[in-house]
This record gives sequence, C-alpha cells and structure tokens, in this order.
Amino acid sequence: MSATEPILSLDRLSVRLPRGADRTHALSEVSLQIAANEILCVVGESGSGKSVMANAVMRLLPNEVTIDGGRVMFESRDLCAASAAEMRKVRGARIAMIFQEPMTALNPLRTIGDQIAEMFSTHTELSKAEIGARMLALLADVRIPDPKVAAKAYPHELSGGQRQRAMIAMALALDPKLLIADEPTTALDVTTQAQILKLIRDLQQRRRTAVMFITHDFGVVAEIADRVVVMQHGVIVEHGTAAAVLNHPQHAYTRQLIAAVPPLKAPPPRPLSAENILTMSGVSKTYRTGGFLGRGARVTPAVRNVSLNLPRGATLGIVGESGSGKSTLARCIVRLIDPDAGSILLDGQDWAKLSREQVRRETRHIQMVFQDPFASLNPRRKAAELVAQGPIVHGTPRAKAIADARELFALVGLDPSAGDRFPHEFSGGQRQRIGLARALALKPDVLVADEPVSALDVSVQAQVLKLLAELRARLGLSIIFITHDLRVAAQICDLVAVMKDGEVVEHGLAGQVFGDPQHPYTRALLDSIPGGAFAREHAIEAV
Amino acid sequence: MDAVRRYFRSPAAVAGLVLLIIVIGMAVSAGWLYPRDPLALAGRPLIWPFSNPRFLLGTDNSGRDIAAQIFYGARISLLIGGVATVIAILIGVLVGAFSGYYGGWVDTVLMRITEAFQTLPNFVLLLVLVAVFGSTLTTVTIAVGVVSWPAPARLTRAEFMSLRNREFVQAGRTLGMKDIQLMLGEILPNALPPVIVYASVVMAVAILLESALAFLRLSDPNVASWGNLIGLGRDVLRVQWYVSAIPGIAILVTVLAVSLVGQGLNDALNPRLKGR
Amino acid sequence: MRILGLAGRRLAASIPTLILILIGMFLLLQFAPGDTVDAMMAQMGGGDAATAKDLRKFYGLDVSIPAQLGNYLWRLVRLDLGFSSIYGKPVASVIIERLPPTILLMTASLSFAFFFGLLFGVIAARGVNRWPDTLISTLGLVFYATPSFWFGLMAIVVFSVYLQWLPPGGFEDIGTVQTGIWRVLGIASHLVLPTLTLGLIFLAIYLRIMRASMLEVLNLDYVRTARAKGLDETRVVTRHVLRNALLPMVTLIGLQAGTMLGGSVVVESVFSLPGLGRLAYESVVQRDLNTLLGIVFVSALLVITVNFVVDLIYARLDPRITAGG
Repeated sequence: MSATEPILSLDRLSVRLPRGADRTHALSEVSLQIAANEILCVVGESGSGKSVMANAVMRLLPNEVTIDGGRVMFESRDLCAASAAEMRKVRGARIAMIFQEPMTALNPLRTIGDQIAEMFSTHTELSKAEIGARMLALLADVRIPDPKVAAKAYPHELSGGQRQRAMIAMALALDPKLLIADEPTTALDVTTQAQILKLIRDLQQRRRTAVMFITHDFGVVAEIADRVVVMQHGVIVEHGTAAAVLNHPQHAYTRQLIAAVPPLKAPPPRPLSAENILTMSGVSKTYRTGGFLGRGARVTPAVRNVSLNLPRGATLGIVGESGSGKSTLARCIVRLIDPDAGSILLDGQDWAKLSREQVRRETRHIQMVFQDPFASLNPRRKAAELVAQGPIVHGTPRAKAIADARELFALVGLDPSAGDRFPHEFSGGQRQRIGLARALALKPDVLVADEPVSALDVSVQAQVLKLLAELRARLGLSIIFITHDLRVAAQICDLVAVMKDGEVVEHGLAGQVFGDPQHPYTRALLDSIPGGAFAREHAIEAV
Repeated sequence: MDAVRRYFRSPAAVAGLVLLIIVIGMAVSAGWLYPRDPLALAGRPLIWPFSNPRFLLGTDNSGRDIAAQIFYGARISLLIGGVATVIAILIGVLVGAFSGYYGGWVDTVLMRITEAFQTLPNFVLLLVLVAVFGSTLTTVTIAVGVVSWPAPARLTRAEFMSLRNREFVQAGRTLGMKDIQLMLGEILPNALPPVIVYASVVMAVAILLESALAFLRLSDPNVASWGNLIGLGRDVLRVQWYVSAIPGIAILVTVLAVSLVGQGLNDALNPRLKGR
Repeated sequence: MRILGLAGRRLAASIPTLILILIGMFLLLQFAPGDTVDAMMAQMGGGDAATAKDLRKFYGLDVSIPAQLGNYLWRLVRLDLGFSSIYGKPVASVIIERLPPTILLMTASLSFAFFFGLLFGVIAARGVNRWPDTLISTLGLVFYATPSFWFGLMAIVVFSVYLQWLPPGGFEDIGTVQTGIWRVLGIASHLVLPTLTLGLIFLAIYLRIMRASMLEVLNLDYVRTARAKGLDETRVVTRHVLRNALLPMVTLIGLQAGTMLGGSVVVESVFSLPGLGRLAYESVVQRDLNTLLGIVFVSALLVITVNFVVDLIYARLDPRITAGG
C-alpha cells in the first residue's frame, strides 16, 4: 500500500467543546493523512473524539462545538476556511458519509429511491430518467435484492442490513474521493456486519475511494484496515499500518485495548456438576399483535420448544442475533414474561406454572442482570437503596438491608461509601456493578444475565466479565448468560446454546461448539466474527 | 437544586413568577384593602378610570368599584383555577397510571372513557354540567376540574407506558415488588415531572374556562369574578369599554404568569429540551 | 386503499365512544331539575297536573329511565333527535339551520390558525433564540393567555365602533337582500372578526408545537444525513424537516377539534352568530334539554368527522402508519 499524495490531511486540528463539558477540547492538535485507495481505521472507546473528528471534516459539528485551530486539507484547500456554499459542494459530492444507525439516518417519510436520487438532483443536472437509471444501478451495485422494489420502499420496510446498503449506495452515488464511515456496522448483527464490511472493502477497491473508517472494535480493524490510528481523550496515541499496530502495539493504551478484545477460544473446560439446578423443557412463547376479530393478526413465535439444562455452578451461554428469541427466553425464565408452554424446573419446582403471586414470593432464587446500565437503575434512588430494595421487599429491616448493601459494594469492587450517590454519578461499568450487587443482594441460586456487557466499552467489558467469573467461583452461582457476542460467550461460558428464529439449533460444551460447530448457522456465525483469524491467533498469544 | 438555579437564570420564568406573586398578593390583600363587599354599591355608576381618586379604576354600570372587583376576582380565579387543576390532575394521574401500567382491557375501557370526554367539546360539557347541577362556586370548580382531566390522563398514560417496560421497573419486578410498589415507588416519581409541568397548562385553561362561563353569566353570580365583570361591561361596550377591558387584562396577566412559570419549570426540570 | 381501510377502522372504533357519550349525557340530564314538560309548562305560563301527565305520556316520559334511554337510542338510530318545545319544531331541523355558520367559522379559524401557526413556527425555529423567535414566542404566549371573548369585544370596539371597518356581529346584513357574490362577501366580512377571535388561541398553540417539533426534527440523524449530502438549508427544511415536523401538529388538530367547537360557543355569543354554539348556550339558559342532547350528539359527530379526516391526512403523510396495521 504505497502512500501517494494524501487525499485528506488533518494538520494539528483542534475542536473546542462548550463550557461545562468534561474537558475543554474534543480534539487536540490531531494530525493524520489518508491516501487514495486506502482504508484508515480510527479506533477508540466512547468519548475518544473519533466521531467529532468525522463531523469536523464535514463541518457538521453541533452549534456549540467549534474548530479552534489547525487545518483540514482536502483537494489542496483548507475546508476550515471554506464558505458554507463551498462546503455544500464538497459534502456528498467529494466527501460522503455513512452513519451508525441506518434506521435513523434515513428519512422515514421518503422512499429509498427518492433519497438516493436527491444526491444527483442536488449536485448534477441529470434528467429524471437518467437519475432513475443511475439510482437503480447503484442499488444493484450494493447488492440489494430486487432494486426496483427497494427503490420504492420506505426505510422501515427494509432490514437493517439493507438500509445500510442503501446508505452506502447513496454515499457512493457521485463517486466521492473520500468516504467517512462512522461505526457503520455497530448496530448490525454479526452476520450482516460481515457482509457489509465485505461490501465496503469490495466497493472501495473497485472505485479506489479513500475511506476513513471509525470503529471501537479491533476485530473490525483486523478485518478491514490498511492503516490504523488509535485515539484516546481527543489525542492520537498511536498510528501505523494495520499489521504493525495489531501485532506490535507500542502504546500502553493500544496494548490494553487489544488485550481486552475477547479471544475466540474457550478456556479449558471446568468440571461440571451432574446435578441440574435448572431444567427447561419445551418452553415456547408466541406473540400475537394487532388484528381485529382474528383478521390481520400477526403471530410471531418468539421462542419455540426450547429444552436446556443448567448444571449447578455452571454457566450456560445463550447466543444469537437480534430477533433470535434469546431475550424473550431470558424473560420467560425469570417470569417477566409468561411462557405459553413447557416447564422450567428450579430445584424441582415448576417455575413456569407458578402464579404471579408465588413468583413474587419465590423470586429471590432467581435474579436478573440487565443490559443497559443507564436504564436499569431508577435515577431517583441512591445506590445503596437500589441494592437494598430487594431484601427490604422480602422483609429485611431497612437499616440492616442498607448495611448489607454496603458490604455488597465491596464484593462487586465498588467503594462502600459510594452508596449515597445517585446512579448518574457513576460510570457505565460502575452502574453495571450496582446492578450486579442488586441481583446478588437476594442471594440467588441462579443469575440470568441479559447482555450484561454489550453496552460497555471493551476495556470495561473485560473487567466486568472478570468480576462475574470471580463471583461465580466465590458464591457458587449458576449463571445463564445471554449475549450476541460469541467472543464474550467463549470467555465465560461452560455450555453454549445457539438460537436462531426462536429455536436452539445447537448446544453443547463451549469448547465443542466453538471448536467443532455442527450446524451451518453456528459455522456462519463463527465465520462472521470480524477479524476472526486475528482473534484466533490472538487467543494463542493470550494463552 | 440545580433546577432552582436553572429556573432563576431564565428572565421569562422570573417575570412569570413575579407576575404570579403580584396576582397572589392581590388575592391575599383584597380583604384588607377593600374591606367592603366588592359587589355592593359604592358610588356613581360609570366613572372613568383615573378620574376619581376614590375609584382608581372607575366604577361599573351599577356603580361598583372596579378595582375592588379586580382584587377579589383574583381570589376567585386562583381558587377555581387551583382547585380545578388539582381535581383534574388527580383524576388524570389515577386514570393514566392504571391505563398505562396495566394495558389490555383496563386500558381499552379507560381510554374509551377518556376519548368520550375528548370527543365532547369541553365547553359544551361544562355548559351541560352547570345546567344540571347549578352554578355555585363549588359546582363550577368541580365542573371545570371534571372537563379538564383527559389531557393529563393521556400524558400520564404515555409516561407509564414507556416507563413500565424500562429495565429498572423490570428489575423491581424481578426483586419481587408488588404492582402498587412499582407504580408508586418506581414509576410515579419518574412520570410526575412532565405532569406537574402540564398542570400549568391545565390551570391556565381552567382560569379561561371559568371566566368564559362567568362572561356568559352562567357562573356564580354572587362572587366578584373577572368574567362576570366583562359580561357586565358588554352592555356599555360602545362608550365605556374600560369596564370590560380592565378585567380582561387581569385575566391575561394571570394566565400569562401561570404559563411562564410552567415553561420555566419545564426548562428547569428538563435542561436537555431547553428552548423548546 | 389501505389508508382508507385504516381510517375506516378508526371510525368504527369511535362508535362505542359515541354510544358512551350519549348514554352518559342522557343519564346526566336525568339529574337536571325539571324536564322538558316542566319547561313547556313554564313556557305556557303554568298548567294543571293532568295536562302535565298527558304531555309526559305524549313525550314518552312516563316510563322507566332505562326504557326512556332505549327509546332515545332507537330514535337516534333513525336520526330522530326529538322535538324542541322551545322552538316548536324537530330538534334536527333546528340544528341543521344553525349548522352552516358554525362549520364556516370552524373551517376558517382552523385554516387561519394552521397556516399562520405553521409559518410562524417555522420562522421561529429557523431563528431560534434570536429576535424573530423571541418576538414570535412572546406573542404566542400572549395570544395563548388572551381570553377569546375579551379579544372579541375589544376587536368590536376597535374595528366596528371606532374604525367602522367591519360589522360588530350577526351572520348577514338583515334588511338588505343580497345575492351571489355580494352575499358571499357580506358573510365573509361578518366572519373576519369571529375567525380571528376563535383562531387566535389555536394559532398560539400550533405555532408553539410547530416550533418545538421543528427544533426536535432538526436535531435528528437524517437531517444530518441531508446536510452531509450537501443540501442547502432551505432544501433541508422543505424536503426533510417540514413534513416530519407537521405530524405532531396534525395529531393536535384532531385532539383539539372538540376544544375548538367549545370555543365557538363563546365566540358565537360575542358576535351574535346564529350557530350551533349559540344554540347550545340558548338551550342551557332555556332548559331545552332535548335540543341540548341533540347538540351534544351532533358536535360529537363533527369531532369524529374531523378526526377521520385528520387520520386520513396523517396516514397520507406517514407511510409507517399503514404498515403497522
């Protein structure tokens, strides 16, 4: 990849944040170059300033956020000094952009074709017929099945992957010199992500477009990058070719990020108890929506005939993409949702057939940890109170419950004095620890964890997973661990079940399922993991 | 306490608060400044404002002191507006909470009733209520409250519907909380701020409804009400237009004050949405 | 076709609401002191108990309340609203005579409020926190706080009494018989002040919601996409913001149809317009309960009709609606 004349070069670019933000600058003196026909990955955790950089190049920063130094050189002029009218000629035509969430990035009230055609009508003088033809060709180019139908569709009528393809078609409409992709696959399922990454790679090579690809995932970096820039707190801490950065990281932060990427290899199997603490058989749940007197009703089988066992002290991973029914299953197990059929035996008692009132009384045996550390804590209660709530409901005197809560804080690695603070005063990882402490306060036998680390940055993710493993050993917990991320599942689970369309397609020991997958869907999932080869090598290094 | 500081940073909100305090001051001081019955004959009818120092704002067509009626009218407007708002918010929160929390047939039934109230023009319903139950201060206040609850009910329902599936409420359920604990302890404190802000809208509308009723001479004729006075002034509108004009300004200022305070509260409680 | 089906289903769903209203109102009016016969007797200047009994029998008031309710609903099905003793003719024909001014007034006020609410809302949102926004928002607050009947009276003082530009009330000039275009112009000049008076508060509400909704949409991701495409601000607003921002306002029109009809009671009284609202007021004062019940029925029908149209427009604007079913 010989670096020729750079397409875009940032020269000591600084971006100022409004007063009251956690730091003065989102970007401080950032310099980088992108050449034609190369993919530059900008990697960093949330708050590193990587998205601000993308928007700064496009001059699409929010009102209070301003560029206060440096230059953005593109086609031999400084975009920071360009007028609004000049910028409009650059945007879309010379530099195009795709975003993280294609559902919200497309106008819900206008058809896909209309929105793509707008690119041409804004920047060219082409006739309507010509625009229509080009638009269909583009849709075919991004391999959307049946472009004619897709062009007439509204965004909500397409799948997430197809929407992102449409976004890409729109961005590439006028053959821009530079494509900025801001986490374009983060909101997608792993198999879709693999397809979109491949598509971006193919199109980029065919059109020799320069790509600035923003991501937080080193797996994606391994998959797609020519060169890599690592950002932390608005500063570039390391840059180099993909191979150099991935294999020989120099900066401590880079090393930490790479080490935190979960390796795709199960740790050596632990001995499992012969006794099952939880036995599910034939669990099913079907949703019925809408419909009037049976007309037009839609029936969605969310969970179909699932039978699984959880040995005492073991961790059962349930993996699947969105819509696979894994979250519904988790909610059936804790009876937030009532299953239609099947039994869930916990210590010999059929949990699926208990009345609501019985569930309420017995609920301490089985507890849940939720996905979103921001939504899962009542913002109006103090941390200690949140943790003490469960025991108080079940009759523990308030003072004792609060005192116990402070002990639990130490157990999950929080400062016991933090109990007097409100949830918004904690970071995401800390909140997830509070959620964990809340669930543990009732001394449950089984813990159901629904995507407990998906909303966290990778480095925090690793810490929380480590804590979970420690607690499991110390308290003898049995865990059901729901996740979409096979790498995470490989790290912590003894047993793994793979779900697709509400059914378990494969289950067994983690080492077996990941090492020797039997079902084609499991194989497809494993193949789709970004930077799969890197992850495996990396695993060998880590061992 | 951030909210308080944010509130006082907005000039409009502060202006609203000052106006509201003035109106409340008028209501409180009415008995002290004008110890006589405001509806009693005080002097020559139709004295123009500022022409006689004894009647600063002049007299109406039957020779009653307009200033005294304005001061006592503040009492009536605030009383009816306040109590009716409390009634409307209480009914609204109750209906909205059950409807939004339980969903299903409870929701269907309660929302049908709410829709029925919204389909019926509220002022027509108010007329019917007054026609049936008479127009004393109490019945008018209750009637205004009863026609004003559907909007807060819908708002509360929407809040409860979105909050009941939030993870912290589900967490409460997995901890074994009863429905009533979840509704009161977990959902309500989070659902209440927008409803409280909306109370200012309800109060503004309630004051306007009462004055319209009084203007049509369907409210309690035995109390000094701004609407009554405007209705009275209508007979002499062509020349002595001030009889109607003055109480109208009083209503405008009061409603404006309530709206400004409401908007200020909204911006203070939801800083993210400031300026909307 | 799907849009029509959807709106049709919503329309069907409003039938229970309508029945609920009628039953509620009927029962409510049972609490009223005195019935139609009492009102008639008072009108006739009193009468003996035997006459009253005969009249009650004639009007079907001698049976039990559930039976009366059943009879009433059955008559409604046949569009028979009963007989108004005060006006001496069927309620239905009294109402039909009074309907045109109200419908004209509502249409005019709604159009006025919608158009200027939209315009000012967009201007305010475009210049958020600058002087046009401050001016428009302040005026909006003042309009919102203005009691409509008072504004009407003051408008009469200014435009009819002092300037003598516009008539102070009524629907047409009585005395001179006008035809064709002159009649239309005559009616229009009578409706200018009532329209402004009724529309003012709704103008304030619409401009506020339009401004808020514009500001919200302007912050959405797809507007950033539109800017990233290189569209200029005018095109961003006309193509990507306006239609989306209109949705909450359209919803509001449906929700407030009832409030507007209620407002016309006051406005028609101020300007002596012979409309439905004034009829409602007169029936209350004269205790003509049959007519009052008929007005409730017709105004509920009007509100349901407005909501049906609003549903159609909404579904036309938002393709997501029909997909949900």
